[in-house]
Amino acid sequence: MNSLIPIFVIVPLATAFLIMILGRIINGFQKTVTPLILLFLTILSFYFLINNNSNSFVYSIGGWEPIENVPIAIYFVMDGFSLILLSIISLIGFLASIYSISYISKFTSENNFYSLLCLMITGMNGVVLSGDLFNLFVFLEISVISSYALVAFGTQKEELEASFKYQVLGGIASFIILFAIGLIYWRTKTLNIADASIFLSSGNSNTFDLFIQILLITGFGLKAAMMPFHAWLPDAHSSAPSPISAMLSGVLIKAAGIYVIIRLFFNMFVASEEISILLTTLGTISMVIGVLLAIGQWDIKRLLAYHSISQMGYVVLGIGIGLIIIARDGKPSIAALAIAGGLFHMVNHAVFKGLLFLNAGAIEHRINTRNLKEMGGLSKEMPVTSGTSFVASMAISGIPPFNGFFSKLIIIIAAIQARFYLLAFLAVFVSIITLASFMKFQRYAFFNKTEHSNKSTLKEVPFPMVFSMILMGILCLLFSLLAFPGIREQILGPAIEVLTNTDQYVKSITGI
Amino acid sequence: MKGMSIIVKKIAQLISGFIFLYGIYIIIHGHLTPGGGFAGGAIIAGAYILNILAFGSDAVNLRNKEKGSSLSESLAIFIVLMLAIFALFIGSRVFLSNYLPKGQLGEIISAGVIPLYNIFIGIEVAAAIITIFLALIIFKEETKR
Amino acid sequence: MIVYILCFILFLVGLYGIITRRNLIKIVISLSIMEFSVFLFLVLIGYIDSGVAPIVDPGNPTEKYVDPLPQAMVLTAIVIGLATTAMLLAIAIRLYRKYKTFDIREINNLRG
Repeated sequence: MNSLIPIFVIVPLATAFLIMILGRIINGFQKTVTPLILLFLTILSFYFLINNNSNSFVYSIGGWEPIENVPIAIYFVMDGFSLILLSIISLIGFLASIYSISYISKFTSENNFYSLLCLMITGMNGVVLSGDLFNLFVFLEISVISSYALVAFGTQKEELEASFKYQVLGGIASFIILFAIGLIYWRTKTLNIADASIFLSSGNSNTFDLFIQILLITGFGLKAAMMPFHAWLPDAHSSAPSPISAMLSGVLIKAAGIYVIIRLFFNMFVASEEISILLTTLGTISMVIGVLLAIGQWDIKRLLAYHSISQMGYVVLGIGIGLIIIARDGKPSIAALAIAGGLFHMVNHAVFKGLLFLNAGAIEHRINTRNLKEMGGLSKEMPVTSGTSFVASMAISGIPPFNGFFSKLIIIIAAIQARFYLLAFLAVFVSIITLASFMKFQRYAFFNKTEHSNKSTLKEVPFPMVFSMILMGILCLLFSLLAFPGIREQILGPAIEVLTNTDQYVKSITGI
Repeated sequence: MKGMSIIVKKIAQLISGFIFLYGIYIIIHGHLTPGGGFAGGAIIAGAYILNILAFGSDAVNLRNKEKGSSLSESLAIFIVLMLAIFALFIGSRVFLSNYLPKGQLGEIISAGVIPLYNIFIGIEVAAAIITIFLALIIFKEETKR
Repeated sequence: MIVYILCFILFLVGLYGIITRRNLIKIVISLSIMEFSVFLFLVLIGYIDSGVAPIVDPGNPTEKYVDPLPQAMVLTAIVIGLATTAMLLAIAIRLYRKYKTFDIREINNLRG
């Protein structure tokens, strides 16, 4: 079982290079092989997730054993929390790659597109699996550099400008992160997360630790587009090709931003009240202001991108409340509930926001505009797009049978139980504005009557696009099952266990 | 792109061979001295770029060269990955482990697989830097027209 | 201690350049300054006075080795920096072709 872990990195990496070599010779190689390997990874990760995600697997690259209890190898760690991320990365990647088969055919260099997509997935899988800080940084850079190239893939004015902005801000974030990693190494003399955690929990914390943590929040906050650092997200996510927008909004900001923040602040640093309050505040601010900025948008993809900021705010809010309770030594059950809400919303957001971006891409594919005012009455001609986007809109605004409702409900219940009434109220308030905003989206895009110039040629998008949209629509319903007690313990339970129980995480790696 | 004057051409002709050899030296001594695949590859790419700059080339020619360098880059990095994957089937069966005999400290042929990695990483880095250079210069040529 | 503070100041110089410069190429250069300040910092972490190169010779043991890990980190980070800079320059050249200028005040199609 252990020896299967590096497959998650090797297979997409090898595919990326194979596409560049064989894609020139064999026609259609890139289109067939990418969905196949991503399907394979999806099946593998779900197999791990369902069968035994309660134990964590450790793989030391190069076979270096710890010397005097000091881990010297590069570790891949696969525990419940990594597995959740791995599953959604592979799943959204698989659906996006199937969708790309018809969407991307209008661009010239398909080989480059699929190769970069595979590299991006390699990077994200690496970030999620990596057990030490520097390799985490390297994999992070692999994924974000390929995403820079993918954002600029259309090479039009807007795309290039968005990519440049994204690169400059992403570059600043990367160097701040590298600086913080250097400081951590200076202080703890180790890069292994578990080993550093032993050092940090044994010594008494000082202001230097606080400085490192604030640097890390700045760096990964920039990658995750939390509110004061969000400037690049609406440009980059709206300019990329739609399947890539789905990947960026659906998984990249989670794997490269939120995942690392959660992993480091729960499993490495000792929970401190200042940092947890800071995180919660940032989450709340992005939740509220993201949705307020989204209301006025008429470009569908920009609107969706601003909602991404807002929805990531929910995730950070849930996680932050959990961290506050842990820092104050409050009731573990409430902390577990808040973290469960955050993680659950993260999974749900990947599915519904991915689906919404795919819908936006389908609309753009047919009528060549992203402006809501120029659309209308599409529900007759494009029934599948209309239906699935209705499902996703209801899910994101938290209407009962869909998954978004349950995760928001869990976060709100946790906030009330922890006596943060204001935060609970704000979460409900933002949910209502989200609903209003998506009612506007539905009305203008699908139900309003507007005459199109090319009405006669308007029809439903090709089969691969329809297939992945329908599958994601089904997942929106299916994932609400995760809210029910038995299944929740099975899937989310181990992840929460890993996050709340740092000793166990440390023990699984160092053996102490 | 036009070439440069006869002095530059002659000097480039004389010196680029030595730069190339120096790059190879850095690569094959990667496990003994500072340097290795990346540094040596960058030096080899420097020799190549010097030649292109001094002698000049037209866009069609550059495009052909770019195809070749980009292909050899992919091939070299693929071979590196294959060397790493090969470790899964031999010896301790761990990814990226060193499965060849280690040899004597200080010899050229020692340190197991590391010199092999160095050589292929050197090829890959040289090809990558040349590809970046060619891509930028082809773009410049196209813009001029 | 003063060298670490100088590193941080160099980092801030890079940040200042990114914020104030209006030319795309100068922004790229400022990013590189930031990058190299971090590399300098990483190398300094591993440095020990009168330490030797970290090649352990069993026959001839030495007391003091410099820390090899930050050096490995810097080498890896330089490769990443190469990729980032190449991407940035490629995008900058393409932007120049579309807008006929490097001035970011005139490259402002995206707002809000």
